[in-house]
Amino acid sequence: MSTDIQHNATSSAPADDVLISVRNLHVWFELKKWGFSHVGWVRAVDNVNFDLKRGEAIAIVGESGCGKSSLMKTLLLLNRPHKGQVIFEGKDISHLTGKELKAYRSQIGYVQQDPYGALPPFMPIHRILEEPLIINGIKDKQEREERIRNAMQEVALTPVEDFLNKYPHMLSGGQQQRVVIARAMILEPKLLVADEPVSMLDASVRVEILRLLRKLQEQYNLSVMYITHDLSTVRFFSERIFVMYAGKLVEQTHIVELLHNPLHPYTKALLTGTSVPDAANAKHLKKVPPGEPPSLVKPPPGCRFHPRCEHFMAGKCDAEEPPHFEPIPGHIVNCWLYEGNRVSYPELEAEV
Amino acid sequence: MNETTLLHVEDLVLYFKTSRGLVQAVDHVSFDLHKNKAVVILGESGCGKSSMAKAILRLLPRNVGRYEGRVFIDDLDIMTLSDEDFRKQVRWVKISMVPQAAMNALNPVLRAGDQVAEPAMIHLGLKKEDALDLAREMFQRVGVPVDFLTRYPFELSGGMRQRVAIAMALITKPQLIVLDEPTSALDLLTQANIMNVLKTIKWETGTSYILITHDIATSSELADEVAVMYAGQIIEVNDAEHFFEKPLHPYSQKLMASVPKLYGTEEPDFIPGRPPSLLNPPSGCRFADRCHLRFDKCSQEPPTFIVDGHPVKCWLYEKEASATLSPANKGEVS
Amino acid sequence: MNLQQFRDITRYPSAIAGLIIILLLIAISIYTIFAYPYQETVVKWRGGDRVWQDNPRTVPPTWTNLFRRKKLPESIIFRSQDVEKQVTPLKDELTDISTEFTFDYTADEFPQEIIIFFTSTFEKKAPYISLTWITPDGRKLDIGDFSIDKTYTRRLSQDEKLTKKLNGQPAEIGLFADPNSQELKPLKGTYKLQVAGLTFEPDSDFDFKTVIYGKVFGLAGTDHLRRDLMLALLWGTPVALAFGLLAAVITSLLTMIIAAAGTWYGGWVDSLIQRITEIYMMLPWLPILIMVGVFYSRSLWVMLGVVILLSIFSASIKSYRAMFMQEREAGYIEAAQSYGASNARIIFFYLVPRIIPVLIPSLVVLIPSYVFLEASLAVLGLGDPLMPTWGKIINDARTNGALYKGLYYWVLEPSFMLMLTGFAFAMLGFALDRIFNPRLRGM
Repeated sequence: MSTDIQHNATSSAPADDVLISVRNLHVWFELKKWGFSHVGWVRAVDNVNFDLKRGEAIAIVGESGCGKSSLMKTLLLLNRPHKGQVIFEGKDISHLTGKELKAYRSQIGYVQQDPYGALPPFMPIHRILEEPLIINGIKDKQEREERIRNAMQEVALTPVEDFLNKYPHMLSGGQQQRVVIARAMILEPKLLVADEPVSMLDASVRVEILRLLRKLQEQYNLSVMYITHDLSTVRFFSERIFVMYAGKLVEQTHIVELLHNPLHPYTKALLTGTSVPDAANAKHLKKVPPGEPPSLVKPPPGCRFHPRCEHFMAGKCDAEEPPHFEPIPGHIVNCWLYEGNRVSYPELEAEV
Repeated sequence: MNETTLLHVEDLVLYFKTSRGLVQAVDHVSFDLHKNKAVVILGESGCGKSSMAKAILRLLPRNVGRYEGRVFIDDLDIMTLSDEDFRKQVRWVKISMVPQAAMNALNPVLRAGDQVAEPAMIHLGLKKEDALDLAREMFQRVGVPVDFLTRYPFELSGGMRQRVAIAMALITKPQLIVLDEPTSALDLLTQANIMNVLKTIKWETGTSYILITHDIATSSELADEVAVMYAGQIIEVNDAEHFFEKPLHPYSQKLMASVPKLYGTEEPDFIPGRPPSLLNPPSGCRFADRCHLRFDKCSQEPPTFIVDGHPVKCWLYEKEASATLSPANKGEVS
Repeated sequence: MNLQQFRDITRYPSAIAGLIIILLLIAISIYTIFAYPYQETVVKWRGGDRVWQDNPRTVPPTWTNLFRRKKLPESIIFRSQDVEKQVTPLKDELTDISTEFTFDYTADEFPQEIIIFFTSTFEKKAPYISLTWITPDGRKLDIGDFSIDKTYTRRLSQDEKLTKKLNGQPAEIGLFADPNSQELKPLKGTYKLQVAGLTFEPDSDFDFKTVIYGKVFGLAGTDHLRRDLMLALLWGTPVALAFGLLAAVITSLLTMIIAAAGTWYGGWVDSLIQRITEIYMMLPWLPILIMVGVFYSRSLWVMLGVVILLSIFSASIKSYRAMFMQEREAGYIEAAQSYGASNARIIFFYLVPRIIPVLIPSLVVLIPSYVFLEASLAVLGLGDPLMPTWGKIINDARTNGALYKGLYYWVLEPSFMLMLTGFAFAMLGFALDRIFNPRLRGM
């Protein structure tokens, strides 16, 4: 008995508390030989659908090449979608240019993985923080100074005077990342996108930074997209979690639900693969799915995980791509094992 | 040195000369490694752990300020060997290394098989064909398909390249392999795979490991013993069961508390402040200014106390200690 | 770039030496521009009869005497205006005007030539001059009786009658030769020259300037047109620095901006720039410069313009491009895009500043290449015809057979200035390179 659940079915317009909706999003990069002859497409993000509410923090988890970074960069319009819609506050932003693009970008803060690489090494801190303000037309110097000060206090880089004139290389990794966060926040964005914000930091500093992100989220009702491959940090800093594999979303649900009831075989593998400090680990081998993530140019037919999956069903998993199923309310998984309660994401009406 | 001890490091010192002064990267470090065991050197960035790997293998840069100590393998103090003898007798013969970011350290113009064969040709004196045969064996052991023998590094994924680097360290069948952050740049499942490979090699060939890393969770996959390094010094050595449950040193405790646990309900902790610079380490206990259990004796550098057979460098254990090693010890126990 | 790096310069003694020399050169340039204004210099350099009259021809500098056992004489000049004239009226309107000069001669060699320049005022009849020479050992010689004109130049060395009188020795030797010595050498001591003139009109008068030309002159010597080389050496400094600096700076900046723009925009823009660069790399500079010089103009500024045009698409675009391609992927560039930076802003504020530390050392080392280029053009005869530059001096020396004639100073002095300039910039540039690009520090 499969019921068709339609998300956002009552109106084809996005619901009010939804900040950003992604429908049928494809981000494909063209592969050219010799610079001009078309050889194929790298299907970095393939038919992804989800909604992100205001003030909600979600984590996107997956290994390298799963498309999480490309997805995030598309939201920032550093890449253009090949197909599909990205709707921000009711407006389709996929084709924005010029002033509108700038206005859109000012609403999204970007925190990168490498704190040192994210900061121009030849600019002192106050200049780094001033740039977004200058670019976005904050002409009054006084106002800029004030906003810079506030931003630095928000991220606990105090006393402010000590840091304003320093250069990035004079700060520790944790401090650099705070500057990156301050810069991301300084335009008062509605959405913060953090791509592996702590993976290059020491263990003892990571929690500090993640707590800072959470504080900012709560204080400003920010929506946060936290992208990581480290599952163990996810629990404390986001509510929902999306798992991506080879360009596709394979599971979406609340974190605690995922930790205790993972459905997709890949998610299960990720959880088993995550180590918890325990001396007993050294005594036995971990169960790891064989093989490696597939090529994004020629992905396997049907479910992209099937060559490595222990629950592979011939004729089904290699024939058709599994759509979104919702076996438990609020828990969506793309796997033929859970056939029934199909979910569809129709195109949304939006201003273009 | 008893029967089961493979490596005995005593008072190892490595300082670097820089334009800003002397960097005391490895400051009188002592520890033991037993046969077919893995010791994890755990520490954060800037604690000197990579320098320690270089010190053991004598892979020194030009600006060495001080390099001394005793390192015994099989009753031979390898520190007394000349550079040439060290190269012939120790490096890649008794001890080999998988350096940090090994996957980027492969020579891009050599085929994978040739690179792995190279140590065998140099140190075992094998001819090329025999070395390549041995390389083939190694590939199988680390789980890389043998047709990759003829491929170039850029044709391999990160995980594959790391395995090739491990094969390269294995081929001369050393007694000890030093691994410097072997999995830090790899994906989760690839990491798990590599750890499986390392475990299998340990069980099947009896090799011992020194694993240098900052990743506490992953280190538990291989660790028999854990040695914690802070600001150039080893502040605790403990066996894995005890360390991951109840570490002794306050820094170790804080470090363990900062590891987010997948199924834990408590939010992880963090340590405020920064480790001291190795240029001018503070006198007294180097962790004192960040330590939540600090008391007035801490302004003096603590000696290494032996508690239940485990060395701990912390004044809190003065009373319990069954023995004391003075800071710059001569291996003598008082 | 920050203070720490500037302080680092002090750790390299070669850089400090280079810097001091450069500052010295700049000081010389500033001094020269004020002390010897451009227009005046151009006029002076063109020469003409009167300008360099008092200088000997092609002689080395005075200080070279320090290294000689046989000292060469310096010029001795006296003017009738500087001494009292004895005016003795004679019968009718005849007047005797006599002057006497006394001077010491201490050199070991003979002077180059002796010339007396007369000016006189009269209406119909010109004054009549009698010259008497008195040597230290008391000999009195009549060395000329002649009538002069409004302006009249008496070259004693070319007076055949006088030469005959002096037993075949020309005036500058005969008048000074020691009669008692076996070898030919001048008699040292006090000499007197008596100039007696007869004027035939009441208002008639005359003046004269006697120049006994030495064989050394000034700080830098003279050239074939009696021009003081010091002027050219001094003026060469600002010309060389200006040309070198302007060419190097403008070229480097433009090249860098072009490389940045090409790398950033990618696509056909990048390809176009690369192709243009490749064509440029094949162009032969010197023939093009020669053609421009011959057919169009040899003005220094035109040459500078052409040189810059030829250099902006040079091979360094490729190396800058390589650096920019690396930087383009940097995190902070992506971040800049994410907070709305425009393409132009990214190029000028984010890409270019990253490369400037690499640019500066190569710029400093580039400056002498342009200085030498300008000099080479001058040596080939393509130099600016108006301005005295170092290359021009070398060119004149070459066309007048300086080395053949043993006039080494003429070539060595400008060469030394060129070398000094090149040396100073190179030392500074290499040290800067080690500071800004620390990976090379170990070398």
